[in-house]
Amino acid sequence: MTDTPIIMREQQYGRIIAVLSKLRLDSFARVVFLVDKNGQEIAVQGEVGGLDTTSLASLAAGNVAATGGMAKLIGEKEFPTLSHEGERESIHICIIGRTLLVVVFDDRSSLGLVKLRVKQASRELATIFEEITRESEQTAQDNPLLAGITDDDIDSLFSS
Amino acid sequence: MTFINYASREINCKIVYYGPGLCGKTTNLQYIYDSTAPTAKGKLISLATETDRTLFFDFMPLELGTVRGFKTRFHLYTVPGQVFYDASRKLILKGVDGVVFVADSQEERMDANIESLFNLEENLKSNGYDLTKIPYVLQLNKRDLPNVVPVPDLVTELRRRDEPVHEAVAATGTGVFDTLKSIAKLVLTELRKS
Repeated sequence: MTDTPIIMREQQYGRIIAVLSKLRLDSFARVVFLVDKNGQEIAVQGEVGGLDTTSLASLAAGNVAATGGMAKLIGEKEFPTLSHEGERESIHICIIGRTLLVVVFDDRSSLGLVKLRVKQASRELATIFEEITRESEQTAQDNPLLAGITDDDIDSLFSS
Repeated sequence: MTFINYASREINCKIVYYGPGLCGKTTNLQYIYDSTAPTAKGKLISLATETDRTLFFDFMPLELGTVRGFKTRFHLYTVPGQVFYDASRKLILKGVDGVVFVADSQEERMDANIESLFNLEENLKSNGYDLTKIPYVLQLNKRDLPNVVPVPDLVTELRRRDEPVHEAVAATGTGVFDTLKSIAKLVLTELRKS
């Protein structure tokens, strides 16, 4: 009795990447990524280099979860955006439904510009993700990948 | 909540290690981290206090292998065990695919085990899950200590359903991978049923 899995197709992934690329260019950001509220990285664009995006995704989700918990305690539904400004690098996080849009930027950009561009990209990402969620609910039940997993497949993961 | 990415051909699942303070949740993750090839794991992130008690969570991503051409990645989390961090525990259970309850086998920790297990049931319920239905494994840790409760007594007291039970000494690794395999299998089996 866990949640319905989220199933993202290649075509949807391509559309998300296109939105993230445009956002990155328009906002002069270093890295832009989309993360599931539970901390799973969905897509990333930019100067990733040695950046540990998996850990960053999990921590961004933890950060949003913690501030969301604080919001509820003071009678707010959630804090829809979070910004952390450092000496050189900064992070802006925006909640879009069940996902988080995370923008890492430096002094080539500014928080105002990032916020403006994020607002525009959010609408497009929300539309794509609504479609993913809708299709996931419809297809999870007869998904050939999931239905095709055998006991042998599962055992083979642990054979070595 | 499992996330299946057809573009990167990955299946991502979330497993949470739960249990009372100092029962060995972080030690389980630390052992898995230390014993896994660098190519199969990411960083072990620990949000801990200055005295190394878990403050928010520990996290490590682990790749187990390929199923039907898809990489299976498990995101392992621990919760802070201390009673007053309950709000954090509730948050970490969101989107969980499988839970490991790490019980401390020492006699004097029996009440803490029972309280933590009750707390797990409550927090799962508040997130819309049912302990009797989700993939779930019970680990009886610290079996090397002198003052442990006999296994049958622990099972009688702590087993909630037909979940697999593993004896463990997380500090030396005994039972750690058996526990992980059990929960990973249950999660993948549940995914197939979905």
